[in-house]
Amino acid sequence: MTRILGEPILSVDNISLAFGGVKALANVSFHVREHEILAIIGPNGAGKSSMLNVINGVYRPQVGEIRFRDRAWKRMVPYEAARLGIARTFQNIALFKGMSVLDNIMTGRNLKMRSGLIRQALYWGPNLREEIEHREKVEHIIDFLQIEHVRKTPVGRLPYGLQKRVELARALAAEPTLLLLDEPMAGMNVEEKQDMSRFVLDVNEEFGTTIVLIEHDMGVVMDISDRVVVLDYGRKIGDGTPDEIRANPEVIAAYLGVAH
Amino acid sequence: MLYREAGQFKSSYAEDQALFPIRQDRYGMLVLLAIAFVGVPLFASDYWLTAILVPFLVFSLAALGLNILTGYAGQLSLGTAAFMAVGAFAAYNFELRVPGLPVLVSFVLAGLVAALVGIAFGLPSLRIRGFYLAVATLAAQFFIPWLLVKVSWFSNYSASGVITTQPIEILGFVFDSPTRKYLLVLAIVCVLALAAKNLVRSSIGRAWMAVRDMDVAAEVIGIRIVRAKLIAFAVSSFYCGIAGALYAYAYLGSVEPDGFNLDLSFRILFMIIIGGVGSILGSFLGAAFITVLPIFLDVLLTDGAHLFNLSLPAGVTSMAQLVVFGGLIIFFLIVEPHGLARLWQIAKEKLRLWPFPH
Amino acid sequence: MTFFFEVLIGGLLAGVMYSLVALGFVLIYKASGVFNFAQGAMVFFAALTFVGVQEQFGLSFWPAFAVALGAMVLLGVLTEKIVLRPLVNQPQITLFMVTIGLAFFIEGLAQLVWGTNVYPLNLGIRDEPIEAILENFDMVISRFDLVAALVAGVLVAVLAVFFQVTKIGRALRAVADDHQAALSVGIPLKTIWAIVWSVAGFVALVAGLMWGARNGVQFALTFVALKALPVLILGGFASVLGAVVGGLIIGALEKLAAVYIDPPIRGGIESWFAYVAALLFLLVRPEGLFGERRIDRV
Repeated sequence: MTRILGEPILSVDNISLAFGGVKALANVSFHVREHEILAIIGPNGAGKSSMLNVINGVYRPQVGEIRFRDRAWKRMVPYEAARLGIARTFQNIALFKGMSVLDNIMTGRNLKMRSGLIRQALYWGPNLREEIEHREKVEHIIDFLQIEHVRKTPVGRLPYGLQKRVELARALAAEPTLLLLDEPMAGMNVEEKQDMSRFVLDVNEEFGTTIVLIEHDMGVVMDISDRVVVLDYGRKIGDGTPDEIRANPEVIAAYLGVAH
Repeated sequence: MLYREAGQFKSSYAEDQALFPIRQDRYGMLVLLAIAFVGVPLFASDYWLTAILVPFLVFSLAALGLNILTGYAGQLSLGTAAFMAVGAFAAYNFELRVPGLPVLVSFVLAGLVAALVGIAFGLPSLRIRGFYLAVATLAAQFFIPWLLVKVSWFSNYSASGVITTQPIEILGFVFDSPTRKYLLVLAIVCVLALAAKNLVRSSIGRAWMAVRDMDVAAEVIGIRIVRAKLIAFAVSSFYCGIAGALYAYAYLGSVEPDGFNLDLSFRILFMIIIGGVGSILGSFLGAAFITVLPIFLDVLLTDGAHLFNLSLPAGVTSMAQLVVFGGLIIFFLIVEPHGLARLWQIAKEKLRLWPFPH
Repeated sequence: MTFFFEVLIGGLLAGVMYSLVALGFVLIYKASGVFNFAQGAMVFFAALTFVGVQEQFGLSFWPAFAVALGAMVLLGVLTEKIVLRPLVNQPQITLFMVTIGLAFFIEGLAQLVWGTNVYPLNLGIRDEPIEAILENFDMVISRFDLVAALVAGVLVAVLAVFFQVTKIGRALRAVADDHQAALSVGIPLKTIWAIVWSVAGFVALVAGLMWGARNGVQFALTFVALKALPVLILGGFASVLGAVVGGLIIGALEKLAAVYIDPPIRGGIESWFAYVAALLFLLVRPEGLFGERRIDRV
């Protein structure tokens, strides 16, 4: 499979992050190119989720810089990241439990809705038009991810696999340029993983979305990603195509352990 | 059989997003409004109007306000009564100091003043949450009535801060009888309830619920938490402020700051717990329940005592009220945390299938 | 300057009384994550039961104390069983609201049983200046305040030892740290919670006696809990030390404010001063003096 990848859209430079005395990330740098699917792998506690949290501003790194589309930040702010077109899903599903599937996904459109408070209180004319216009966009995503049958269901009542899909839908509703997926296939069975992999590839292909994902299933990672970054104890120990990573001795050591 | 939605197809998103997508609900609402606006004024006694219906509507509005903040935006407040006090005293002062200002304008301005005060006391919510915030709202609950008593300008220098409201006059029409006051309150409450319903099904409502359910995820999806919370405080206080103005103008006629005490705040909190946290309908159900319950208990206990020839010691009814209120809160939170509104919903779902349960 | 110190010491001693009430909150919060709004009602219930059985049955101090303690333990165990157990794993805010309901219930119940009269409560400690201090330092320090402070000090020490040394204490600290983990190593969670509620009942009884002796046993005792809330904000909900230090600070600030700020604005600020002080503090340090900073894990 040859794919045409664009220029780097995101790069993180020399990121270091610590909680008290615990070092979560030490001097990590890598970049993501436009339309690329980049996987971040590594053993538990390697700092993968922390990395995503740094990219979209949930955590503030002590050292380093984040560049996104030719602008640099010492630290990102979550709202700012969302506005710039970075969306994400979470390792432990972070849906809004008291809301229906439809409302959850509609929150992804909030950034793009303009009606003021008074108009919303009237729910008539411009506001109604806006609601419907965004509803149409959301319905398109619902179609795409095949969750029409549950659109009015409270998310809390859905099975795990569907909840993961709704979370993806919510992120997609924001029409992101960069999508961060934190273990999108964790806890799924083989078929669900296949479905999810297909969705990830489709999103990448159809919307041209750049994707950074964290995943433990090596089969999936090697199958769908263009490039893989390996973290271990907060350090980057590998960066390359799936084939290069498979052959990297340091990565193999981190995963299998080495005899001393 | 009667409550069927089969055969009612929606062919546009607008229809699907209508307030009452099911035909029977639409008709039901119209009948209810007809009863409220026509039937009640024709047949209800003055006692019903002044002692039950007007306070019920006023409390519904306050409960609606609290529900927006607590039920939708997830910020627990124990200072509802204080914001009502702001509304009542603000309306009084607008009427007093700006001659010729229409009463409705005064009410709206009073609501806006309450909203500003609400934002001020909502500022701590940006840094603290949960019951830390609840305790912080107690600061408003204790500070505001104190200030209203202390600065006697607010009550036009009357003793202990009592204010007696001016007559309600709109375009030369004086709302002086119980029926007229009832209709005025009813109209205001209907308009504001509709507005509240619209808000919670629009983007700000979704933002509130998102902040309530999981604030980190809300922020990541691009919801400005600070803004959402402060708007919740503002809108909630606006509703409470207008409720307070109506409480003074249409219900009691004269009020003092100490009447807007912690007990009143708790009573309104109980309304939303029993009625349904995060439900517009629930605000009304809860207000009705809590308004009628003490009257019912009183009758029950006095009649019961007569029946058995007992003389009740003084205060037993109010003590029994505490026990029953407390017990009900515990019961509802354990058994039906979504309150009467959820019970109503369940009943409707049953009714959809009735009489063929499968 | 002497006057300043007199006010300060008086404030600190009064603050100890707040700590006494705050302690009950902290115990329950630590063990079960419940912010028990009913603690004030429990103080009232305990004191009322104590004077109630004294009046009705002519009991002397210790028997009445035993009866009241028994009632508090029963109340605690029942609360845990009936109210809180069905709500395990509910959001904290739900638990908080349920304890508001509980507070109403207990307040109503206590008065249904014992009536609404104000009872005097005499512990045999007079609320008068200690002469030795008055003569030597020219300061008015109440004997009652000093005794109350001592009682509170002893209580804190006993609780600290209880939690550090005994097996139950160790289990309790484990539970406070992580319910699930504690449960999985075989700590009987329900028993621990029942014990904690009983201990909180005991603390409420002591607080009720001290406050009752000072102000008379009446409904207003429940408001004492409202005084303890700013203390908790200041000290952090989960710290015994915080409850003590927070109490001292609030007590001192309140007395100083009453003397130096109150007169110019013609009074009444004690109803809200502690809250506003605590609130301002919160804006600077949202987790309280001794609380832990929260890290969001997503």
